[in-house]
Amino acid sequence: MSMNSSLILSSTTFIYALATVFYIGSFPFKKQILAKAGFWVIVIGLIGNTTGILLRWVESYQMGYGHAPFSNMYESLVFFSWTLAVLYIFVEIKYKESSIGVFVSPLIFLAIAYASFDPNMSSKISPLIPALKSNWLIAHVISCFLGYAGFALAFGFSFIYFFKPKDPKSTSVFARLPSWEMIDELTYQMIVFGFLFLTIGIITGAVWANSAWGKYWSWDPKETWSLITWFVYAIFLHLRMMRGWHGTRLALVSIVGFLAVLFTYFGVNYLLSGLHSYG
Amino acid sequence: MFFCSVELTVYTLVLLATTSIIGTVVLQNGSPQQYVTLYGNGFYNLIKVLKLDDMYHAWWFLFLLLLLCINIIVCSIERLSLTWKTIFPKKVGFNPDRFRTLKNKEIFTTNKEFKTLASEFQAILSKRVGPVLYEETSKGCVMYAEKGRWTRMGVYVVHASIILLVLGALIGAVFGFKGDLRLDEGAKADTLFTTKSRTSIQLPFAIQCNEFEVRFYDTGAPEEFRSNLTIIENGKESFTQDIRVNHPLRYKGINIFQSSYGTAAPDNALFEILDNTTQKSITIRLKVGEKAQLPRDAGIFEFEGFLPNFKFREHNLGEAFFGKVTLKGKEGFQIPLPTKFPTFDKMRKGQFTFVVKDFEQRYYTGLQVTKDPGIWYVYAGFILMILGCWITFFISHQCYFIEIEKTDQKTTSVLVSGKANRNSYGMTLKIKKFVTLLKDK
Ligand code: HEM
Repeated sequence: MSMNSSLILSSTTFIYALATVFYIGSFPFKKQILAKAGFWVIVIGLIGNTTGILLRWVESYQMGYGHAPFSNMYESLVFFSWTLAVLYIFVEIKYKESSIGVFVSPLIFLAIAYASFDPNMSSKISPLIPALKSNWLIAHVISCFLGYAGFALAFGFSFIYFFKPKDPKSTSVFARLPSWEMIDELTYQMIVFGFLFLTIGIITGAVWANSAWGKYWSWDPKETWSLITWFVYAIFLHLRMMRGWHGTRLALVSIVGFLAVLFTYFGVNYLLSGLHSYG
Repeated sequence: MFFCSVELTVYTLVLLATTSIIGTVVLQNGSPQQYVTLYGNGFYNLIKVLKLDDMYHAWWFLFLLLLLCINIIVCSIERLSLTWKTIFPKKVGFNPDRFRTLKNKEIFTTNKEFKTLASEFQAILSKRVGPVLYEETSKGCVMYAEKGRWTRMGVYVVHASIILLVLGALIGAVFGFKGDLRLDEGAKADTLFTTKSRTSIQLPFAIQCNEFEVRFYDTGAPEEFRSNLTIIENGKESFTQDIRVNHPLRYKGINIFQSSYGTAAPDNALFEILDNTTQKSITIRLKVGEKAQLPRDAGIFEFEGFLPNFKFREHNLGEAFFGKVTLKGKEGFQIPLPTKFPTFDKMRKGQFTFVVKDFEQRYYTGLQVTKDPGIWYVYAGFILMILGCWITFFISHQCYFIEIEKTDQKTTSVLVSGKANRNSYGMTLKIKKFVTLLKDK
């Protein structure tokens, strides 16, 4: 039964891989058409991704467990790809800059590829333990991952600073990348988006913990690391708004922030122990 | 001023972020033995001095949090006194020259007559943005409208929410408590011990556990824990309610959570006593502490109690009953009767062999009982933080400016520009959209 959704989701992995190839291919050859193709392939991938998630949801009901598909590492990675794709499609439509896809499509692909190909990753649908049965869990997971997606895109965009030549007359392939102001704006908007949702994610997590264990904050490693991440991005915001930081200096803060996100997401699970069993 | 600088904010946040890592790597709230085995004696002393074994409550960590609060408060007061007049001006005014030189301006010409244009644009501006300020100039007119001036308060809302969170946490730590309560099915209690300091707390009511139930999935994983509780006030039953994980009972400021469970000591059991001389056996049901006559008046058997984990020669044999056998004219001795090994007592090769035939399996429920009068401050802080972030990030103070000039008899030239205190790119897009709207008119 659970074959259907797994099959769709592994096909999605290949679709996202194709999109990545298109975006990267469009870059050195200055082929606008390849980038356009990349965009539509991502849209198709997103349709597959969405179908896979919904089907998995239905399957869990058929198996009698009936829970939203956000309950283990596999499901969270698949959902992470989904949030990344949605946010990226939105950004490309809004800002009409297809060259930035080079920096984001690999992330969309890598998240779901990790879920599909890591042999230690179980894609089995299993029942929820009592503590996870809460609507706050759904709100918590969705907002955390929207936040992570914002930070991931900001991370991708931050690298543009290091490639884009400062000289406007430069003929390097990287001269086609968006202007410095545009990157600055893009990174900032993504971080602001991520920050709002990380904040909501931490808060819904706290409210949930308070209804399950009677304590809204217990300094569990995952909680602490999400707070550390929050601190890093709060530092980013103050440096930009109050100290006027811009460019590569600020891009480094955004990169450090995303490393904190990665540690919160994976490092805590594999290296530290605590209440959270998955991302 | 030292306390009011963003440098201090940034440095404190950097320190908080980096030191917070320590508590996720170093074991928290362990015993001295654990620390010595894990890190050695030298590090253990360092851990003790810096309180790294409970670092989120260590003096220096709390000091960093305090610094953050002072920073926010001092800064907000100082900045608010400066920006108050900007946020709540007596009279809104504007400087046309500043808007004429803005980067994101759009200029277009139209054949429409000046008068109609002026009144049309004024109508659009007042509908889309807000009250319009209108001034005539030598060549035509300028108009100005703004919205969202109040959103400049957003940051203060965010910062105030942080103070509320810290205040709520402080109130909870001082006036609240958290404790564990273990209740056998059928038992009740009105006192408990706090988890941290083990001080006893008297509740304003008693909690009675009528029944505990655990359900499992077919995979063997637990599906649901449920306790049926009755609240007893002044000796009278007040009400009865089920609690489950994620569905606590909240009453009179006290919260009762389902947190664990286990098997409780049964209070009666059915014993079989085999007389090895006659090969006849009797069965008898006894409560804890009750005694029974042995066959042929050979002595007395007493049901003494129950242990969930009985250790026998370093092996854990699990649940076991205990009895005391006193044969006539002899010293009494204790016998263990592990339920998993019914033939255990046979190996003693006594005059009588005892077996537990049946007992009622009972559970105890592990409850977590908490009181946190600071929670409402914390929740208010949560709501304000989300609202404040939303306002600060996504709504801005936007000013729109339109200048209309008669160039010659036929055409009129229009300049549209605007600025916002945040998200300047978004404002540029807004101005572009606004211009299309004006042109379509
Ligand atoms: C974590 C603790 C925080 C501390 C200690 C802190 C402290 C400060 C300080 C001292 C200032 C400068 C003075 C002022 O304008 O009041 C400031 C400015 C600012 N803070 Fe924070 N802040 C914190 C969290 C946040 C958060 C979570 C946000 C997210 C919305 C934020 C947004 C801002 C903004 C936008 C400004 C600039 C104000 C302006 O443009 O006038 N702060 N912060």
